[in-house]
Amino acid sequence: MIHSLFLINASGDIFLEKHWKSVVSRSVCDYFFEAQERASEPENVPPVIPTPHHYLISVLRHRIYFVAVIQSEVPPLFVIEFLHRVVDTFQDYFGVCTEAAIKDNVVVVYELLEEMLDNGFPLATESNILKELIKPPTILRTMVNTITGSTNVGEQLPTGQLSVVPWRRTGVKYTNNEAYFDVVEEIDAIIDKSGSTITAEIQGVIDACVKLTGMPDLTLSFMNPRLLDDVSFHPCVRFKRWEAERILSFIPPDGNFRLLSYHVSSQNLVAIPVYVKHNITFREGSSQGRFDLTLGPKQTMGKSVEAVLVSSQLPRGVLNANLNPSQGTYTFDPVTKMLTWDVGKINPQKLPSLKGSMSLQAGASKPDENPTINIQLKIQQMAISGLKVNRLDMYGEKYKPFKGIKYMTKAGKFQVRT
Amino acid sequence: MDVGFSSLRSEAVGAMRTALVSAENLQLTLKPELSQEEQALTNSKSSIKETHKAGNEDLKEMLESNKESLKLEAMKRVVGLIAKGKNASELFPAVVKNVASKNIELKKLVYVYLVRYAEEQQDLALLSISTFQRALKDPNQFIRGSALRVLSSIRVPIIVPIMMLAIKEAAADLSPYVRKTSAHAIQKLYSLDPDQKEQLIEVIEKLLKDKSTLVAGSVVMAFEEVCPDRIDLIHKNYRKLCNLLVDVEEWGQVVIISMLTRYARTQFTSPWKEGANFDENNAKAFYDSDSEEKKDTTEDKPYIMDPDHRLLLRNTKPLLQSRNTAVVMCVAQLYWHLAPTHEVNTVTKSLVRLLRSHREVQYIVLQNIATMSIQRKGMFEPYMKSFYVRSTDATHIKTLKLEILTNLANEANISTILREFQTYVKSQDKAFAAATIQAIGRCATNITEVTDTCLSGLVLLLSNRDETVVAESVVVIKKLLQTQPTQHSEIIKHMAKLFDNITVSMARASILWLIGEYCDRVPKIAPDVLRKMAKTFTAEEDIVKLQTVNLAAKLYLTNSKQTKLLTQYILNLGKYDQSYDIRDRTRFIRQLIVPNEKSGALNKYARRILLAPKPAPLLESSFKDRDRFQLGTLSHSLNTKAAGYQELSDWPAVAPDQSVRNVEVIEPVQEWAPLVGKTKKAKSADKFYSDDEREKEEEGSESSGSKDSSSSSSSGSSSEESGSESEEESSEESEKTSSDSGKSSSGSEKSSSESESEPKKKKKTKKAPQKKSKPPAAFSDSDENGNGPVAQASSSSAESSSDSETDSEDSDSDPPATPQKKKKDVKSKPKAEVKSKVEVSLLDLVDFSPAPTNAPKSSVISSSLLSDLEGLSLSNVSSTMQVSTPSFSPVKTYELLHHMTGKGLSAKYHFPRQPCLYEPSMVAVQVILTNSSDHSLEEIHIGERSPAGLNIHCFNTIERLEPEASVTVSMGIDFSDSTQAANFQLCTKEEQFKVSIQPAVGELLMPSTMTEPDYSKEQGKLLGMNETSATVTMATANTSSQAISKQVLSVCNVGEVPSSQSNVHRFAGRTVSSGALVLVCLELKESSTALLTINTEKSVMASMLLRDLKQALVQA
Repeated sequence: MIHSLFLINASGDIFLEKHWKSVVSRSVCDYFFEAQERASEPENVPPVIPTPHHYLISVLRHRIYFVAVIQSEVPPLFVIEFLHRVVDTFQDYFGVCTEAAIKDNVVVVYELLEEMLDNGFPLATESNILKELIKPPTILRTMVNTITGSTNVGEQLPTGQLSVVPWRRTGVKYTNNEAYFDVVEEIDAIIDKSGSTITAEIQGVIDACVKLTGMPDLTLSFMNPRLLDDVSFHPCVRFKRWEAERILSFIPPDGNFRLLSYHVSSQNLVAIPVYVKHNITFREGSSQGRFDLTLGPKQTMGKSVEAVLVSSQLPRGVLNANLNPSQGTYTFDPVTKMLTWDVGKINPQKLPSLKGSMSLQAGASKPDENPTINIQLKIQQMAISGLKVNRLDMYGEKYKPFKGIKYMTKAGKFQVRT
Repeated sequence: MDVGFSSLRSEAVGAMRTALVSAENLQLTLKPELSQEEQALTNSKSSIKETHKAGNEDLKEMLESNKESLKLEAMKRVVGLIAKGKNASELFPAVVKNVASKNIELKKLVYVYLVRYAEEQQDLALLSISTFQRALKDPNQFIRGSALRVLSSIRVPIIVPIMMLAIKEAAADLSPYVRKTSAHAIQKLYSLDPDQKEQLIEVIEKLLKDKSTLVAGSVVMAFEEVCPDRIDLIHKNYRKLCNLLVDVEEWGQVVIISMLTRYARTQFTSPWKEGANFDENNAKAFYDSDSEEKKDTTEDKPYIMDPDHRLLLRNTKPLLQSRNTAVVMCVAQLYWHLAPTHEVNTVTKSLVRLLRSHREVQYIVLQNIATMSIQRKGMFEPYMKSFYVRSTDATHIKTLKLEILTNLANEANISTILREFQTYVKSQDKAFAAATIQAIGRCATNITEVTDTCLSGLVLLLSNRDETVVAESVVVIKKLLQTQPTQHSEIIKHMAKLFDNITVSMARASILWLIGEYCDRVPKIAPDVLRKMAKTFTAEEDIVKLQTVNLAAKLYLTNSKQTKLLTQYILNLGKYDQSYDIRDRTRFIRQLIVPNEKSGALNKYARRILLAPKPAPLLESSFKDRDRFQLGTLSHSLNTKAAGYQELSDWPAVAPDQSVRNVEVIEPVQEWAPLVGKTKKAKSADKFYSDDEREKEEEGSESSGSKDSSSSSSSGSSSEESGSESEEESSEESEKTSSDSGKSSSGSEKSSSESESEPKKKKKTKKAPQKKSKPPAAFSDSDENGNGPVAQASSSSAESSSDSETDSEDSDSDPPATPQKKKKDVKSKPKAEVKSKVEVSLLDLVDFSPAPTNAPKSSVISSSLLSDLEGLSLSNVSSTMQVSTPSFSPVKTYELLHHMTGKGLSAKYHFPRQPCLYEPSMVAVQVILTNSSDHSLEEIHIGERSPAGLNIHCFNTIERLEPEASVTVSMGIDFSDSTQAANFQLCTKEEQFKVSIQPAVGELLMPSTMTEPDYSKEQGKLLGMNETSATVTMATANTSSQAISKQVLSVCNVGEVPSSQSNVHRFAGRTVSSGALVLVCLELKESSTALLTINTEKSVMASMLLRDLKQALVQA
């Protein structure tokens, strides 16, 4: 399946290569560079590129292209999904997935890739298994290893490999047993010029951090499971139980994992937490444009809207922006024409606004489209869909774990057309 | 060290010099200026090589040292070199020595090195083989496994026999991990030496039998690589693979699913046959014989699906919930290629979910959706908004979304889509704006209603400032005009005016072509345009020149008086043009149009050649032809056949022998065992259809009804007695039913019916005239009920007596529409149904005295009679209609079709809350059709419906509906206990309208009567998960018991359970389709709060019901 992997950085250098079958010359990447040149933006490189003898399937994350070389028919999503899994694993191991981190840990990277694929077919991608095979590098461990001469590499077959719960290693021990669940919801919306919602939907995930001794069997139930329209589970969740009772029943992996991601049924109206009043005008024949933006809270269920960040790609004709924010700071990049306004918290008594003028290129005609405004925000302690966890129970172990649930709402792809 | 380094350096420099000399000799033509550059280049190269070499020397020493840590350090650096793609092959001898090292990390790194370089240094690599052979016998499975992994990865042909032996041994290993490794090794050996195929197939065959989930994925992968055509190996393992699938690791799932897709296409017959004769009874009879297939009987099958085919579909469905996008996509393509048409929709939601994933995933998924949406608009139409473009999307994502939106466009949504497109046209991303204009063009041709709108919109865009937008519009307008040129000379004129300002050559060429083609419509302008072109001819682009020549030729033929000279001039210019293409064209045109002695016969036909009517171009999706590839494959993504692509075969006309999949070991059937209950249902449904049994059943229902009535009528005299008696009886009954449900109800009923036979007969006779003469019956009944309200006001038990009386009558008369699953059902369903009505009607008796009595009457009417009546727009039909609608609740009428959208036809519907006449699992719906247009409408009927499996009992076609007339018809819809809307088309002779009925959850129920102890018993069975509850603060107006039941019953169709406690109100019902019990309990607390509890196994329903009830109770 996957023949080789090349890692290419933003400046077009191949800084790592790995082959699982016979060696494929790195000149195959020339086809990739060609496609890269044709694409105006780094994101526009097509994920699948055919070459005379191979096919290149690539993903771009953290400004690194992960290019897999394929020789024959294989579902492209299979490769893409695997590459993303590789990136996730790197992130899990090194904290960040940057060129520097990969270069610093090149041996661990190689060992990981060796374990993840055998002859191009995924072997072990479960983080719990990998961590037993190859221990993540920490400063302490490196120190100990240099002194004692012990290694980072496990000698035994990871316990998960053979068990019915491959995602969990055995013999887990903690002094403080705790299980935390974060319910994070994102609102994707497009708001039109007049402020009416064109489309809005809520997607959510439940991320868990479970540190429990032994083999706990957890059940998580919701007050209102009907809200969940479409769900996808971590493999640990028992599907039949969910089908029958709408209860999440699972033996959790050890550590951090994504338990569930869901889509809230579209019948429910989506509460839009902020509104934007905008007045962006360019006048014909003048080199000035007006920019006026005010934000306000809308349906926030009494919670405050925090970490608001407004960004907008201004038209190419804009040379500079001279604006005055009532709170927060703004930046305008004259090269990319990206306007960013870090608003912070919205105070309902004193609505944040950004007013001022834009100077346009002399002689250039007025841009025919007003820029789209992207908004990021956070609302703590609330899931906007109203989803509530009812209870979390643990079976199979004697101790009493500490349980915690946190709710948060964020803006996903939240756009306001002006 | 230092000395060695400098000597090495001089050596290297020397070597470089000689190389340089030889290079110079070779490239004698090399320009002298370059040599300096080259010098620099070689210098830098040499310096790299020097340090590199030096480093390697250094590493060699470290590797040969005795210290483990030094060796490890060296190996790490070697791996670093490999990772960077640097050559480290000369260290091979030094590295290979460490293959037997005890340090596991060192060993692993040596493995990495070996696998990388063994192919280049085959002889040396052989040195390591014995180590692996030894490790293959290690007691530690992990070491055995990794030894096999490395051994099989060493690509040295000499060791093929050793590998073969190792694979065979490992395939029989006790550890599944080692067996998995051997499955991987098979592929490696095969690619190294394809001659081993036969032996390897034997191993694959053996491993396919393996029951471990760990092995399954890998061995199927090996199967796909080595012998994908040996489908016979799969037969015996097919069911096992299907059953294991859920537990296989995700990557294996992808491989297995794609293999099984291919397999199924060769082994099963097509489920897509349309219009095949479908006989429900036959289908059911067939499935009755094998209990596994119960699920199917509930669905319509136009053909009989192979149980194994169904097994595959059923076992893959849960995987749609996988977190792995590849798995979801794979299941989606399996459904697309294998599932019956109406089941394919199940994958929609999951595919749309994938659009939230990474950009690359979106790209692939959108491609697949684009292909799907061409064939099946309906699949993705409800999710249209998910394909709206965001300004932050990458360009290729944007164009794919645009493609899908265009595919989804139809008459209903086109206005929304066009509004959305308007935003896109203004996008700063001009390539995307241009693509949008193309899309508008496609919408305009596909949907004739909007062609004019689109065209005028595009004409407006002609005055856009952006060139690409204008150019694209011109091109699209040209294509559109070709489809209907007659009406649009204005637009052509407009474009001719714009011509001077347009600089994009493609657009100019398009305008010229248009003017030439329709020069007879713009006789004055055309020559003028040609005149302008003659002036600028030399400065134009090639395509513009070609079109100018074309224009000239056409004008010469139609209007030679004015344009003869101009044409001559242009042809002369063309003759000496730089481009051979234009010279050729000019020569050709001249010969064709200008008559001279040399030109042959063609000249006569010039006019017919140049001005031939041209077919309009078809604006088609670029994804039109992609469906020739299996979805989700690389080939589909690229739209070309990728290496190793396996064609998906067509369905066989006749299914191959299905017994080949039989295995001696019995398949795990227990999964389906609980469904046995359904078998019975199906059987009884069968009985229902057969005539002789029908009477018997009826009798049964009568007897049960009458028995009940007798018990409660006796209790009517004293309220306390009645409570205890009915309690006893019910407990007795329930005991019986629980003890021998198989024996069926008849036994227990007989005794009671015997004892009560006389009154029953009496009632029957009484019934007969009732059927005929409705009004008297109504009066007599209302007389009976006349006491009702009084009694009811004083004690609730009296109430139950009075309604059970009406009950008995009703259940007598109730047509055999309700099949008898169990005795209990029989008893409760029809009775409960009426009970709720009567009960509440009692409350409201003042207003609606005749209502309750007529309610049963309408259900008396046989289905044939009803449908007879449907045809006529009779006032009496509508009167029955009104009567039969439960009067207790404000009749909620919903709009089905507004007369504006329906072009005069309007339709409203409501739920009469009667058991459906046509099929017990259907919900009865009554539709009032009104003709508000000024002409009569003909042939009103129901057309296409979706989802395709939707079971609707349609009303008979209404031949004619006069203006201002209205008619009420009834239909039955099987919602299968979900609130999913039933979509269908309401058709008249000329028009079709898409309409949908979405039931409120409460309408999916039917009342069920039970006694209090019965209720608590049932409630006891439905605790825990099946219980949903909430505290409600009720409006003060709602706290009285009457008001409560009124509110509850207005929300849902349930029956009230007589309660001994005044602060607890209980209601019971069953879902129409599956008959699952729904128990509602409202416990009043102090200060107008109440605890609302719903017990049912349908938890989704429960929460929806809870919400609705809460709402109803809270509002005043």
